[in-house]
Amino acid sequence: MTRPVPPGARVRAQAAFEARMLLGNGEQLLVSLVLPALALVGLTLASVPDLGAACRVDVATAGALALAVVSTAFTGQAIATGFDRRAGVLRLLGTTPLGRGGLLGGKALAVLAVLAVQVAVLGALGLALGWRPQPAGLLPALLTLLLGAGSFAALALLLAGTVRAEGVLAVANLVWVLLLGLGLLLPTSSLPGPLSALAAALPSGALGDAVRAALVDGAWPWGPWVVLLVWGTAGTAGAVRWFRWSG
Amino acid sequence: MTDAVVVRDVRRVFGPVTALDGASWEAPLGAVTAVLGPNGAGKSTTVDCLVGLDRPGSGTVRVLGTDPWHADAGHRARVGVMLQDGGLPTTSRPLPLLHHLAALHRDPWPVEDLARRLGIDGFARTTVRRMSGGQRQRIALAAALVGRPDVLLLDEPSAGLDPHGRREVWRLVREEADRGVGVVLTTHSFEEAERVADGVVVLAGGRVVAAGTVADVAGTEGLETTYFRLTEGPPR
Repeated sequence: MTRPVPPGARVRAQAAFEARMLLGNGEQLLVSLVLPALALVGLTLASVPDLGAACRVDVATAGALALAVVSTAFTGQAIATGFDRRAGVLRLLGTTPLGRGGLLGGKALAVLAVLAVQVAVLGALGLALGWRPQPAGLLPALLTLLLGAGSFAALALLLAGTVRAEGVLAVANLVWVLLLGLGLLLPTSSLPGPLSALAAALPSGALGDAVRAALVDGAWPWGPWVVLLVWGTAGTAGAVRWFRWSG
Repeated sequence: MTDAVVVRDVRRVFGPVTALDGASWEAPLGAVTAVLGPNGAGKSTTVDCLVGLDRPGSGTVRVLGTDPWHADAGHRARVGVMLQDGGLPTTSRPLPLLHHLAALHRDPWPVEDLARRLGIDGFARTTVRRMSGGQRQRIALAAALVGRPDVLLLDEPSAGLDPHGRREVWRLVREEADRGVGVVLTTHSFEEAERVADGVVVLAGGRVVAAGTVADVAGTEGLETTYFRLTEGPPR
């Protein structure tokens, strides 16, 4: 009688398959690695905008890591899931031993694997440019990246499961560009007037400020974590309620 | 012996549309059963219920004696599925995709052998997005076969294939049935039913209007005439 491999092996197989697709896709590689790296180098070497009293490369590396999270967990995952949904991939995989639970597990693991590659590459680039993270901030920074990835992945699934594929492509890229300027790369406190308060309430500002607080100041960013948690919970609730497996 | 598929009094309503209206039929292991019917007869809704993607409003569906809705991975490993929309990731290439699906099973069909059988090695470098409809059909069929399932549920497996491709699909389906697999395929081609099937279930308007061996259903008029008579009958 034909039998499946154990659940863990199924999830790992799916994660490896998805990670290879994410890393093998040129456009996605541009968004997940090349553009964050360019932002890191550009912000470090330029003299504008003013990044405050802290060392420029420290602020720039933290911002690039926050941007990398949004690239993979949100933009990349939303586009991949949106097109998979339209092509019926989610339906077909639901009938294989992988199933829907395994599919979600595989996606989560794939996001973490790609994120690890991004952190390694951008971290190495930052170190080469003189980045010196606060040792006390490494643990809260790691927790921030994980919380940020979870929150943005939930929002990605909400988008991918409710809007048609072309719409997902447009919105996911547009949101990436907007959030880049709304607290991901630059501290929300450096943004003008009302934008500053808006950005701090968005998941982008919360993620960016939290990574900076951890890596630049060695702090535990409880406030931004609450904001991320609220967005993540809302995204999860919305996805559970409205996600459609076929499209 | 357990039947491959048992459908009992299944009703499924989508808003104002009654897709299945009390359908009952069964399909044995070791045989090919063709579910025949015009567009809108309820074929794809039936397949969705059989593969666990949809649940009947009333009535019961059993595949290998198990309710497919929320069935576990052990059950899903025993059931190979080919859906009408294919369900293939558009940016993937065939061999990595089939290797991935094979990796979900303990004792899969060796991918290289399966690819050779279905002529997939001829377009192994093409991404799904750039494939012809017939090429995609072959990948989707390979995806259904790769786990060496006990039951094959195939939604219009030969749609869009040229005569050579169709013949190869029919051969494969026959071989699988001969080694004990219960094959259920949907089609709106009575020619396909006549060529490949042992049993036929004719659906019209969500109901079973005829079921039995091909010879029984064809009767003295032949399958073509019988099919048109059954499916063009008075409105439901």
